[in-house]
Amino acid sequence: MTNQDIIRWLDRIADELRANTHYLTQLDSPIGDADHGTNMNRGFSAVHAKFPTMTAMDIATQLQTVGTTLVSTVGGASGPLYGTAFLRAGSAVASKQELTASDIVAMLEAFLGGITARGKAQVGEKTMVDALTPALHAARQELDQGASIADITAKAAAAAEEGMKATIPMLAIKGRASYLAERSIGHQDPGATSSWIMLRCLAEVCADQ
Amino acid sequence: MKKLINKVEDVVNDSLAGMGAAHANLLRVDLESQIVVRKNAPVQSKVGILSGGGSGHEPMHGGYVGIGMLDAACPGAIFTSPVPDQMLAATRAVNGQAGVLHIIKNYTGDVLNFEMAAELAELDGIKIESVVTNDDVAVQDSLYTAGRRGVGVTVLLEKIVGGLAETGAPLEQVAALARKVNSHGRSMGMALTACTVPAAGEPTFDLSEDEMEIGIGIHGEPGRRRLKLASAAQITEMLATPIIEDLELKAGEQVLAFVNGMGGTPLIELYIIYDSLNRILTGKNIKIVRNLIGNYITSLEMAGCSITLLRLDDEITRYWDAPVYTPALRWGM
Repeated sequence: MTNQDIIRWLDRIADELRANTHYLTQLDSPIGDADHGTNMNRGFSAVHAKFPTMTAMDIATQLQTVGTTLVSTVGGASGPLYGTAFLRAGSAVASKQELTASDIVAMLEAFLGGITARGKAQVGEKTMVDALTPALHAARQELDQGASIADITAKAAAAAEEGMKATIPMLAIKGRASYLAERSIGHQDPGATSSWIMLRCLAEVCADQ
Repeated sequence: MKKLINKVEDVVNDSLAGMGAAHANLLRVDLESQIVVRKNAPVQSKVGILSGGGSGHEPMHGGYVGIGMLDAACPGAIFTSPVPDQMLAATRAVNGQAGVLHIIKNYTGDVLNFEMAAELAELDGIKIESVVTNDDVAVQDSLYTAGRRGVGVTVLLEKIVGGLAETGAPLEQVAALARKVNSHGRSMGMALTACTVPAAGEPTFDLSEDEMEIGIGIHGEPGRRRLKLASAAQITEMLATPIIEDLELKAGEQVLAFVNGMGGTPLIELYIIYDSLNRILTGKNIKIVRNLIGNYITSLEMAGCSITLLRLDDEITRYWDAPVYTPALRWGM
């Protein structure tokens, strides 16, 4: 995976978040504050606007630029959470010109690590972590079996989707949905959904690698 | 959606521009940094008082910038926490070399963004104290929630702490008073209708004609319980009882009673709630010695109200009474 693939990945995310702005905001209405789609779209539109200066950057700098841009533009909890995730993901692949399968898994691990360090959420609390944790496990398992980047990212995206769907019956313990207590049950977590979108885009971009 | 707006994406900016034009004697609005700053900031040797949060709660927080209350406010998008860049710009703008107090309502987004801003400001060599308000008794304060939300007490705290800061008190003392005020106050709210976030275009939840939500927050989120609509007296009882119990208010104690409108409820109804509240407290021999009634921490056009009770002592009362001159609160000068 090269720095040009990273731009392709980010471009897919920006497209998908734009297309799913209303969907994510709708998910956020019954258990949050109806802004997740708008906020994520604002953040990745700002990332998209920086592409002209980003194409020449190395991978680590690209990911760190995404991190600082999201922190500066998204707001809400998602800004610091995804911002820290991309910043850490960048640090994890410092000075790499091209990412190998194990680099990609290291990047995902750092991405999840950034979110848990900032948000202190654990699996089962109805958050982004519920999509990202099974994704990381699946990616690691594939890597251990010597799978290709395409298979690793595809399995990670599939596990994230399952994890996202598993948030539906969960009782929210973190974030604004936790105020609803048992009334948060039955709704899919918007943060887990945006995390799945990012991993699905990664798998799409890596499908031929 | 029917709203007095130009473009959905311009709501916050257009409103801030109007505010800056209307209150140029008290504050300046920096549209580029998205901050509202007291006109003569930074006041040298005075602790800077800064708050911020999502927009949609007007007059909080921008309406409290001026003399004797906030030095700066950082408005985010509607119901969305502002970003660290705004908080850092505001912190720098109000740093009079005596440190800056960040007043944060307990919501995950606000806490995380302010945390990052404080880390950045400290790299700049600015001394920061952070106080998180969490007065909403509708939320169980347990490991199974994000903790109690910051609501009505925030307004009272900004006024009281702003009064102390104006005397030139040091940062530690200002922060200590802020923590005391937070621990002395509790709130609970209810909604008769939902509200519509402009960017979402539709109400955040459905509530039929004969229903109400008890235990709502200020972001259009549903509450803890949905009940059949009741009388103002019954609703006041439902809101006041858990507050009185949680504060363990005793006969003979003195309180500030704050009846707040959520944005879409007329003052005539808020006074009906105040009348009930006064009867309940009088019946328990708890004395209301200060009050505040009106729309001060709102949730767009939501109809409904919240009640906040603040246990008073001499220090808190003194700085509540201290002069204040802001767009939304002014007395004593």
